[in-house]
Amino acid sequence: MQQKIAVIIPAYNEESAIEAVIASVNSLNSSASENRYIPLVINDCSKDRTGELIDKADCIAVHLAVNLGIGGAVQTGFLFALENGFDYVIQIDGDGQHPPQYIPLMLQELKAKNLDVIIGSRFLTNEGFQSTLARRMGINYFHHLNKWLVGVSIKDSTSGMRMLNRKALEIVSEYYPDEYPEPEAIVLYAVNNLNIGEFPVQMNERQGGVSSINTAGSVYYMFKVTLAIFFTYLRLKSKK
Amino acid sequence: MPRIQIITIILSVLLLIFIVRLIIKGRLREEYAIVWIFSTLFLVLFSFWRQGFETISHFLQVYDPPNLIFTAAIAAILIYLLHLSVVVSKLQEQNKRLTQELANMRAKQQSSEKQNAA
Repeated sequence: MQQKIAVIIPAYNEESAIEAVIASVNSLNSSASENRYIPLVINDCSKDRTGELIDKADCIAVHLAVNLGIGGAVQTGFLFALENGFDYVIQIDGDGQHPPQYIPLMLQELKAKNLDVIIGSRFLTNEGFQSTLARRMGINYFHHLNKWLVGVSIKDSTSGMRMLNRKALEIVSEYYPDEYPEPEAIVLYAVNNLNIGEFPVQMNERQGGVSSINTAGSVYYMFKVTLAIFFTYLRLKSKK
Repeated sequence: MPRIQIITIILSVLLLIFIVRLIIKGRLREEYAIVWIFSTLFLVLFSFWRQGFETISHFLQVYDPPNLIFTAAIAAILIYLLHLSVVVSKLQEQNKRLTQELANMRAKQQSSEKQNAA
């Protein structure tokens, strides 16, 4: 049976790369593949031509009326996929960091290992773009924090490339962090007893746009996410 | 009656009238107005009853009555600020949900129009 996979691409001012990302997702369908990969672009109130471009492109274009930030934008995609009968979702960045050719491989692995969530990781084989030392230290810190707190070891804890099945989709549609959601979401999956795996992916350096985290923001980022991880953990634990 | 007392009475009564007017005009919701009405009534009460503060301070064994005013006022302000933060958080969550729902409805409509055109 043909399965529908929503490729959620949150986009904020990504006019330079977004068309190429959509095209490479659509090219996954050209072969005699049994699955349909549908780009679902969430335009988070971009100030450049992103909105215009995605309306013309071959994708489902979702335009947010007010800027919600990365978490709210991605969750919009989760809600769309859940309500419109998609079987799986995968989230990739709008700046071309995450090569779409890994998507079918990640889906295979997800099914083969019976996982609910699979995260594309730069640090399993250490090939491709590895980011700066400071960022790797931050990523490693969240890796150890999550390992200590919920016993799940995800090396690329801030990777935004993650595929979810419908079971996981229902959970993240209900609650998903607003700001810098990636490390916190791992706690969310783990406390809800989802099976989480990592898959080696060679990522690219961003092809356009600017990172949402600058040097001054990184201290705030570390502090905010650490706090959020603890509070999410406590809230979810107390519910059970 | 000392001048400052007359000024205080006039100001607190004016504030009370202003708050009541805001509620009547629908610019201030009743649930947020309760705190304001009570604190203004409090001001009016003590601007008439000057000995009141001294009596209460004496009862609570506060050495200097003005300290009681500052402590009580700061505590009340902090609690009310916390309440406002809760209100803002709730509004933000509701605003997010509305935005998501609206965006997805529009996208669904647009994609079905595209399919019909094709």
